[in-house]
Amino acid sequence: MSTIRILASDGLPAFLSFLSQKHQRVLVPVVKSANKRSVIFEPWRAGMPVVLEKATVPPKEAVLPQCETLLTYKKSKNQEDLGDITVSLDDTPEALSTAIFACRPCDARGFRVLDRPFLNGLFPDPYYKARRESLTVFTITCSSGCNTCFCHWVGGGPSSPEGSDVLMTKIEEALMLQAISPAGEALLKDCDLPDGRDIFPRAEAARKAAWASLAPAPDLKQAPQKIAALFGNDDFWQSQTSGCLSCGACTYLCPACYCFNITDEGDGFGVHGGRRLRSWDNCMSSLFTHEASGHNPRMLKTPRMRNRVSHKFSTYPENWGTFSCNGCGRCISNCPVSLDIRAIVLAALDNAG
Amino acid sequence: MATKKTKNARAAEPLPKNAVRNCSDRPMPSGNPYKPAVATVTEVIHETAAIKTLRVVLDDPAVMAAFHYEPGQVGQLSVFGVGESTFVINSPPSQKKYLQFSVMQAGEVTAAIHRLTTGDKVGVRAPLGNFFPWRDWRGKNIFFVGGGIGIAPLRVIMLHLLERMADYGKISLLYGARSPRDMAYSYEIEGWLHNHDLDCTLCIDAPFEGWRHKVGLIPNVLLNLAPDPTNCIAVLCGPPIMIKFTLQALEKLGFLPENIVTTLEKRMKCGIGICGRCNIGGRYICIDGPVFTLKQLQALPQEL
Repeated sequence: MSTIRILASDGLPAFLSFLSQKHQRVLVPVVKSANKRSVIFEPWRAGMPVVLEKATVPPKEAVLPQCETLLTYKKSKNQEDLGDITVSLDDTPEALSTAIFACRPCDARGFRVLDRPFLNGLFPDPYYKARRESLTVFTITCSSGCNTCFCHWVGGGPSSPEGSDVLMTKIEEALMLQAISPAGEALLKDCDLPDGRDIFPRAEAARKAAWASLAPAPDLKQAPQKIAALFGNDDFWQSQTSGCLSCGACTYLCPACYCFNITDEGDGFGVHGGRRLRSWDNCMSSLFTHEASGHNPRMLKTPRMRNRVSHKFSTYPENWGTFSCNGCGRCISNCPVSLDIRAIVLAALDNAG
Repeated sequence: MATKKTKNARAAEPLPKNAVRNCSDRPMPSGNPYKPAVATVTEVIHETAAIKTLRVVLDDPAVMAAFHYEPGQVGQLSVFGVGESTFVINSPPSQKKYLQFSVMQAGEVTAAIHRLTTGDKVGVRAPLGNFFPWRDWRGKNIFFVGGGIGIAPLRVIMLHLLERMADYGKISLLYGARSPRDMAYSYEIEGWLHNHDLDCTLCIDAPFEGWRHKVGLIPNVLLNLAPDPTNCIAVLCGPPIMIKFTLQALEKLGFLPENIVTTLEKRMKCGIGICGRCNIGGRYICIDGPVFTLKQLQALPQEL
């Protein structure tokens, strides 16, 4: 049996302090109350109040920052001959070893979705790899789903261990910590928390109860083929996407979206040189595929949303064998026009064509 | 580096579903795929008002000497401080002194490339993408159809085949541009016209004083030339509208979709199949392409 520890609620600061000795940063969910209350992951500092809620924004930034430097380029002039310029490049990845504390199973599975194209494709991404390899994921299992959750439709569940190093389950005021991966095993063995094997059955029962509270999931096995077959059905996609504003909230809040842009900043002269940046991009924007010639294969919102739904439920599965949606439901709960990706997938399944 | 004979059939077959792409059949850059090699512009050729050709040499002599690519592979050319854009390497692989890119000015990066002069530094990430399956074409006639800047990728494969003339049947080129002034490689065209191994036809859209060649849109000129589709591969590249009607003309002439080959472009950023921009369905032009047969394209969602 894997290592199991118990963490009493008053022991949380000490445990986070232990984690910060092992990692350069520990990301924890904290409340941000601007004009709208939200929960986001921030680096933990002593005294910081932690909430064990599902975050408004997934912790995707731990491996794929919203903006990062791919390389710096520095140009220098030969003082004897000012036309003679040399360029030097630095491509060292910025990778802080990170622990994520209390993300949800859907978010942990999001890392697995990113892993495939970033690590298992033709070209492993060295920046992603450096961060991913030094990432430890502590996931807290969900006690129930909210009305936008559908993790169990897409291969996950309220206590899915996929993508997690340690799975935590709340039992009254304490957390049971269960090692999932070798890294999680090592960490739990190393910490001074008391053994929690005797409460494991209670955690199991809580997990089972969470599963049982979910409405039955539809069978999405046919979704990849059905959605691919619907590609040319403009009426279907128009009717499904007519409300979309192309705002991109769905892509920015998705734990499994990974489209990015690469841009240069600065001409490269000066002490710091210039930077080639990678930033999250948004396939809902018409500029995403806009070519310099003016041609745009996805000029309208309908083909753009079709591409997003197809990527998650048809083409990513075609390439990698699994959906690139973890059913976290953030795209539904944060959509200004309440577009529901579940409804689109179900409509595709129901479509006779 | 090494090309495996067995893998070359891949480009001629529909791409396998559920397959993690194997790329042992193509030269690839090593190390950090995002890090360009710094290169120096050694020559800038003004082709037309809108097109310039750049010859660049990778600054590291060892990297330059070891640089190997297949005809049809592309590179990400970057101007530091402006950005990157994708272009085919249009010098034949046998030519080891420099890498040649022909660039039509269209946007920000291409405008910056057009401002480059000899001695300027650029970044090169190459080679990327697949290539023309020229080994599979041995013994066949090849008919090239190029429109405008679309001649660039045809130049590299055509010169590559002309170096191996004994392995191929008749090689023909139909090259069309809006006007004689819009024809790139004008300094080479005379040689192409007089090359006994090449049947070269030129055309322009509208009559022009002193023009001795054909006048008409490429698909119409092609229909008049009526190449025999038997044992023949048609290779075309050009603007989307030219591709659309030329494909129709080729099908009318009896070319089978598996014998029609084109090379595509889309907006690209990473060039390595991740950033999500150049996909057609589940295929990415940057790693599954840019070279596709019409048969492969017909099996994909129609979203060019």
